Amino acid sequence: MSSAPPKIRFRDPQIEMAHGAGGKASRRLVEGLFAPLLCGNSSEPLGDAAHLDLNGTRVAVTADSFVVKPLKFPGGSIGELAVNGTVNDLAVSGARAQTLVVTYILESGLPTEILEAEVRAMAKAAERAGVTIAGGDTKVVEHGKCDRMYITTAGIGLPIPGVTLAASSVRPGDKVLLSGPIGDHGITILLARGELDIEADLCSDTRSVLPLVEALARAAAPAIRWMRDPTRGGVATTLNELARDCNLGVLLAEEKIPIRDTVRGACELLGLDPLHIANEGQFLAIVAAEMADAALAALRETPGGHEAVIIGEMCEQPAGTVLGATSYGGTRVIDMLVGDPLPRIC
Amino acid sequence: MKYVDEFREAGVIAKASEEIRRLADPGRHYRLMEVCGGHTHAIYRFGLKDLLPPNIELVHGPGCPVCVLPMGRIDDGLSMAEDPNVIFTAFGDMMRVPGTQGSPLEHKARGMDVRIVYSPTDALKLAHKNPGRHVMFFAIGFETTAPSTALILKRAKEQGLRNFSVFSNHVTIIPAIRAILDSPDMRLDAFIGPGHVSTVIGCRPYEWIARDQHRPIVVSGFEPVDILQSIVMILAQLKAGESKVENQYKRVVPWEGSRPALRAMAEVFELRPYFEWRGMGFISQSALKIRESYAPWDAEQRFQVPGVRVTDPKAAQCGEVLKGVLKPVQCKLFGKECTPERPVGALMVSSEGSCAAYYNYEHRKAAAFTSIGAPV
Amino acid sequence: MCLAIPAKIVELFPEEENRALVEVVGVRRHIDTGLLSDDPPKTGDWVLIHVGFAMSKISEAEALDQIQTLTMLGEQQAALEEVEGYGLGET
Repeated sequence: MSSAPPKIRFRDPQIEMAHGAGGKASRRLVEGLFAPLLCGNSSEPLGDAAHLDLNGTRVAVTADSFVVKPLKFPGGSIGELAVNGTVNDLAVSGARAQTLVVTYILESGLPTEILEAEVRAMAKAAERAGVTIAGGDTKVVEHGKCDRMYITTAGIGLPIPGVTLAASSVRPGDKVLLSGPIGDHGITILLARGELDIEADLCSDTRSVLPLVEALARAAAPAIRWMRDPTRGGVATTLNELARDCNLGVLLAEEKIPIRDTVRGACELLGLDPLHIANEGQFLAIVAAEMADAALAALRETPGGHEAVIIGEMCEQPAGTVLGATSYGGTRVIDMLVGDPLPRIC
Repeated sequence: MKYVDEFREAGVIAKASEEIRRLADPGRHYRLMEVCGGHTHAIYRFGLKDLLPPNIELVHGPGCPVCVLPMGRIDDGLSMAEDPNVIFTAFGDMMRVPGTQGSPLEHKARGMDVRIVYSPTDALKLAHKNPGRHVMFFAIGFETTAPSTALILKRAKEQGLRNFSVFSNHVTIIPAIRAILDSPDMRLDAFIGPGHVSTVIGCRPYEWIARDQHRPIVVSGFEPVDILQSIVMILAQLKAGESKVENQYKRVVPWEGSRPALRAMAEVFELRPYFEWRGMGFISQSALKIRESYAPWDAEQRFQVPGVRVTDPKAAQCGEVLKGVLKPVQCKLFGKECTPERPVGALMVSSEGSCAAYYNYEHRKAAAFTSIGAPV
Repeated sequence: MCLAIPAKIVELFPEEENRALVEVVGVRRHIDTGLLSDDPPKTGDWVLIHVGFAMSKISEAEALDQIQTLTMLGEQQAALEEVEGYGLGET
């Protein structure tokens, strides 16, 4: 007997930039079009990576594409993002990346030295992250048909022992851990585009978070409920997805959220909310309250984790909502990003 | 951040809140209107309503220059950029505002050259960089922003720049306040005055509100301490039975306003005899038109503008929410057909619109949460 | 249309009388000072920036005065209550 065809809930007549921005529109596209058609009637919440059972062996697999412009920016380049991004997706799904495959879409006319620089950057990032690159594919398109270079990486990894993650296991009272300052990457890219008359000493935070995730696992594996890396859409979007998936509320103490002064200044100047800005070297972890301090200590003792902080906790109400509390007692709802973070003047 | 952090400091905020509680008469219900959209945004962003006693009600005014533009004006602006030679430029706030055929961003997705600028100067620079194209700047804002537009028009003229024009949708705040006070549905006790508009127009233009309408008006800054202190000053006036204009934002607002800014505006702009405001109908002398001496840079003269009046969908209650008669959540479309992703009106799109502010920051907050402190 | 932020003038350009470089917690931006032409700012002055233009100078004295007033609020009230407590006005 054939099952009913999946219902497409995505009704937008055309694709727009907002659909790739990581916020509500992206989610609508994924949940309303891709998931029903490609993933069948699975009711599993979508995660950063898929954990599969292949003839008795559990593996994790994920893919990510990188279309960043400009290709090079303070702190990194598209090649590093391509490696770290996939390693991180696997890490926050509870897996250690083993190997990547990579595809390049190159624009005709791209100077070879630029391509070589990115490939070298990828090789170096892979070595640092402890992954091999098993192969890949290349396509070249006509001049003007892609922005110099697009890279997709698919990664495969093995589960980190003791770590089982599920939004459904999150409980009120669990603590929200953040590995470090937010907003660095997104603001760096915005400034690197050179369209704004703004200069700042800032660089992307791109890095593999695997060592931090492994340190966390060693200290508190059974207490880790859920993890995610807040890339496009920022911390606000990621936590809103969590709140929706587990039907609980998240209460954040706003002054605990680490934000570098320069990021804060740039956001104020541009009218952007740091909570909506992409990060490429941070992750969020929900940890059971009794192990939260030990978990935090483990992160802080690991190189690169010294700025980790507990920024809030899960709560019963208001379900499905992220709230921010100020030091003086005011609260506000922190919503998911709607489209691209548009700077406001007002 | 200097001049910001001190005005967000918990201790000072606590003092101001205590003083509000001390001054507010428990037997009285206060309705205070904050005119400016920037204040609406700040109130929600900082969760200031949680710090006020329940008998102080903040009513949101029409000071959101994007929200008060009728849809027809958006359509007019977009029609100018249908010519592929034209580059449509505007502030980020305009990008998702719906016209009848979609927002500027949606037009961009369909191929129109639409670009965000962060300053009118950026639009001017774009014109210099693209001599073969025409750059049109969709100018919005109250008197805070109009002087900047005026200055770049002056520069364009001085430089003899031929490929640049401005579509002026600047509006003025005093007629809006007058329209509010003339409205029979409104019962307001006092006003929190627009701080940044006042850096340009000064505090004198509000004197009639205190003198003839007997309502206190306190010109306020935008940090939590500023807004709370302004409420303190209002309550003190009401308690003493006074009504006067006061300047809480003294560190920035000069009582006489900014002469260079007013000069620039007077040179470039004149008042339109009347202009349509969304939900408030036609208001006389309430908007700025580019003068004849700057005609070559006036987009309304360079382009054929359809000028069609577009009324809001019947069910949308943008007008009443703009005037403060209805709270956003009381509009039948709020949160259902009208959300930030699928906005029916600009109030749900503009970061200063009360519907957007309410939806993004307030709505879904359980009543139990109104007095929560930091949990960790 | 009211987002405006305080920034410090860190550099002026004698050849371009309307341009200044401002800084906010390490972020630098070029802005236009044309609206302050009657009383042009100097390096070190703090100004309020809106859409790339300096709107007004910020008075340090007024800012301090304002914070002081509020900080004194609680103390003034406490002093008042203390005096009332002495019951000097009662007969």
